[in-house]
Amino acid sequence: MNTHAQSFVDIGAVVDIPKQGSRVVRTAQGDLAVFRTDDDEVFALWDKCPHKGGPLSQGIVHGHSVTCPLHNWVINLEDGEAQGADEGCARRIAVKVEGGRVLLDGAALTGAAA
Amino acid sequence: MAERLVVIGNGMAPGRALERLFDLAPDAFEVTIFNAEPRVNYDRIMLSPVLSGEKAYEDIIIHGDDWYAARGITLHKGCKVTSIDRTAKVVTGEDGTTAGYDKLIVATGSAPIIIPVPGHKLPGVLAYRDLDDVEAMLGAAAGGGKAVVIGGGLLGLEAAAGLKMRGMDVTVLHLMPTLMERQLDPAAGYLLERAIEARGIKVITRANTHAIVGEDKVEGVRLDDGTEIAADIVVMAVGIKPSAQLAKEAGLEVNRGILVDDQMRTSDADIYALGECVEHRGICYGLVAPLYEMAKTAAAQLSGDASASYGGSVTSTKLKVTGIDLFSAGDFADAEDREEIVLRDAAAGIYKRLVLKDNKIIGVVLYGETADGAWFFDLMKKGTDIAEMRETLIFGQSFAGGSALDPMAAVAALPDEAEICGCNGISKGTIVNAIRTQGLTTLDQVRAHTKASASCGTCTGLVEKVMKLTLGDAYNPSAVTPVCGCTDLGHDDVRRLIVTKELKSIPAVMQELEWRSSGGCAKCRPALNYYLLSTWPLDYHDDNQSRFINERVHANIQKNGTYSVVPRMWGGITTPNELRAIADVADKFAIPTVKMTGGQRVDLLGVKKEDLPAIWADLSRAGLVSGHAYGKALRTVKTCVGSTWCRFGTQDSTGLGIKLEKFLWGSWTPAKVKLAVSGCPRNCSEATCKDVGIICVDSGYEIHYAGAAGLDIKGTEVLCHAATEEETIEIIGAVIQMYREQGRYLERIYKWAKRVGHDAIKEAVVDDKEKRKALLDRFILSQKKAQEDPWAARANGTDAHEFAPLFDFTRQEAAE
Repeated sequence: MNTHAQSFVDIGAVVDIPKQGSRVVRTAQGDLAVFRTDDDEVFALWDKCPHKGGPLSQGIVHGHSVTCPLHNWVINLEDGEAQGADEGCARRIAVKVEGGRVLLDGAALTGAAA
Repeated sequence: MAERLVVIGNGMAPGRALERLFDLAPDAFEVTIFNAEPRVNYDRIMLSPVLSGEKAYEDIIIHGDDWYAARGITLHKGCKVTSIDRTAKVVTGEDGTTAGYDKLIVATGSAPIIIPVPGHKLPGVLAYRDLDDVEAMLGAAAGGGKAVVIGGGLLGLEAAAGLKMRGMDVTVLHLMPTLMERQLDPAAGYLLERAIEARGIKVITRANTHAIVGEDKVEGVRLDDGTEIAADIVVMAVGIKPSAQLAKEAGLEVNRGILVDDQMRTSDADIYALGECVEHRGICYGLVAPLYEMAKTAAAQLSGDASASYGGSVTSTKLKVTGIDLFSAGDFADAEDREEIVLRDAAAGIYKRLVLKDNKIIGVVLYGETADGAWFFDLMKKGTDIAEMRETLIFGQSFAGGSALDPMAAVAALPDEAEICGCNGISKGTIVNAIRTQGLTTLDQVRAHTKASASCGTCTGLVEKVMKLTLGDAYNPSAVTPVCGCTDLGHDDVRRLIVTKELKSIPAVMQELEWRSSGGCAKCRPALNYYLLSTWPLDYHDDNQSRFINERVHANIQKNGTYSVVPRMWGGITTPNELRAIADVADKFAIPTVKMTGGQRVDLLGVKKEDLPAIWADLSRAGLVSGHAYGKALRTVKTCVGSTWCRFGTQDSTGLGIKLEKFLWGSWTPAKVKLAVSGCPRNCSEATCKDVGIICVDSGYEIHYAGAAGLDIKGTEVLCHAATEEETIEIIGAVIQMYREQGRYLERIYKWAKRVGHDAIKEAVVDDKEKRKALLDRFILSQKKAQEDPWAARANGTDAHEFAPLFDFTRQEAAE
């Protein structure tokens, strides 16, 4: 089996992620955080706050943002950019929902490794 | 084309100069900085709060990496410049990095003076100059032990206070008869010595260090009189000397420091120098205010303002040791042609002295009450004739000005050029102007735009008064602070409306109270979750996603994303079996750090999140439950051994501690709650700085509350005396319930008590037995659902999704 031949990989059901919550996806390049917002949208970022590398997956999700658990930076889930006076960006990974399943761009992972 | 500006040194002076320069002429220079320290620019004045633990390094960064990037500055960190070639106009770093310049700023700062006594090179002899020194001290302090600080000046005393707060046994050695003799007269020096000793720091004056003793590390200090003082570290804080060697080797004119003119130019017109490395009109400065004035001049000159000049500084001093108020400025030696005005209030520990010459103030020493420091300092700098107000001068501005004792009037009377913020040299006029022209309305905005009160912060009250004067009613710091940016309502209003409108979910609160954001934010959601839980203990469905990660997974997140685990040890009592279970878990899961906490239990640090449920399963089997060390909840009940073992014990303090912990555990509170029970007034369990503390006496139990020993330090208030254990437990249950119902989220008991008043609390939980009973009943009711061990539940599969990844690409690959 070669999952990387397709660009999108099925990583689980949307309902496996709590609303206003996040789950971790492990990759050889480090952890990803996959978020589900209150309005049922799904976003994925590398699980590292641009500030001090805090695990964004452990933060509180509000609107389309997450607050890092270490020092309260607020990161926009749509573009990974830090909000307010802070500057920095968490890298995004393309993700989409089809038929209640979360599909993640696996090619982006191999791309990150290259 | 932009000229090339090279800066040697990245301390506060060049940092400020660049800030100014980019304001004045943003595109004039392409800047390269060489910094011998491997860091960005940080606030060196705030090293003492970092040492004492009141601030972290992150809090004192002035310019982060982004600041340099945004201005296109090349910053070579950890690169010390070794030569300046003035003919080729090139500087070279020790790693071979070179940079050509059109203009050069030398800001090499100063080096601490190390007295060359025998042993001064032993490991463990430290200076107090930069963050590396602070880190070395913290490393030493981590193990407790003894510290000797040589030098009873400003830095030495701040170092001593910081090390003491970090738990070391500290002795200060000072060569002169009184402390800080350069800034204080002997009377104030004496008051200071008493205040320092009251903190448990030993002070030896007239102490001449003969040698530092030790084999391969510091073991102690020997004085000239033969006295030996044991020490694990020795901190030398005897002064600084300008670092002018590099400039000297480059052929610049150097005396004690690098010689500069009023334009901050060295003997080479393309080379400027500023900061602690320079000598200006024969003076080398070591305080921040003059350095900032130099920075201002240098920046203006570089931006093309040839008229900018620096005329030297009159300096004042403040000691940054929490709880000691001290201000001094000018010259206060006794002399024939001088007069003085002195005010002493022994009971209040106040000492004020003004030194006058020809009806002008030439020296000021204030101890214990320093509010008038800025006013006296202003009169002194301006050389104001004080003959008219001489009789009331010492009582300060409000008296001398003839107006009522109104602090607002005092600030109103200050002229525009009066200095408000000494650290940053910000005058009243600058603040007023910034407020008016930029429409500032909050203290944070004023700090961001003017830097007033942004360094050491002691002038915050003054800045607020200036704001109040300028903004009138538009500025009201005591007005209700909204819970967060999502609402205009304050905490108390939200609580009240949750009850009266019977709101029972977060979406209901947000809808009914017209929240501005869709899903709230990380500030309001945990607060709302707590308010709903404490108001509707039986009906409300706890919203895990609105809890901070620690409470969501029942462990404490650490800086690297691992967690810590602290099992409950009832009243600090444990058993061989429990300890064995903890040891087995630490072995089995390769837990890197096992540490005793201050609350008489064991902390397992560095646990991987996915291991938590399995660890809890093992601990549960040994009967251990969650210690809630991660929660806004009941934490520990610290006890001494009491009448069971101690020959002084009056009651069974351990037993009472265990009963209290069994009664209170599991309850969620606005902020953490820590208790202690001492078996006698010797108070070995330190009950008088806890949220709730009990001192056992022969006749029963003295109940204390509202203590603090963290960011603030505060002794407890006595709530009442109780005759029996049963009554003690009832009263404590009632006071904690009252706090649960009234406390604002994250507000500790001492702050709540101060806000609502001790009388009101006493009335409800001591005097009015019915109110006490009702409070107690509500507490017991809420405990019904609260006392379930969250660890056992998670070991059995609750919230499994929290601990396992959604998907694992690495396993996928391994399987292929």
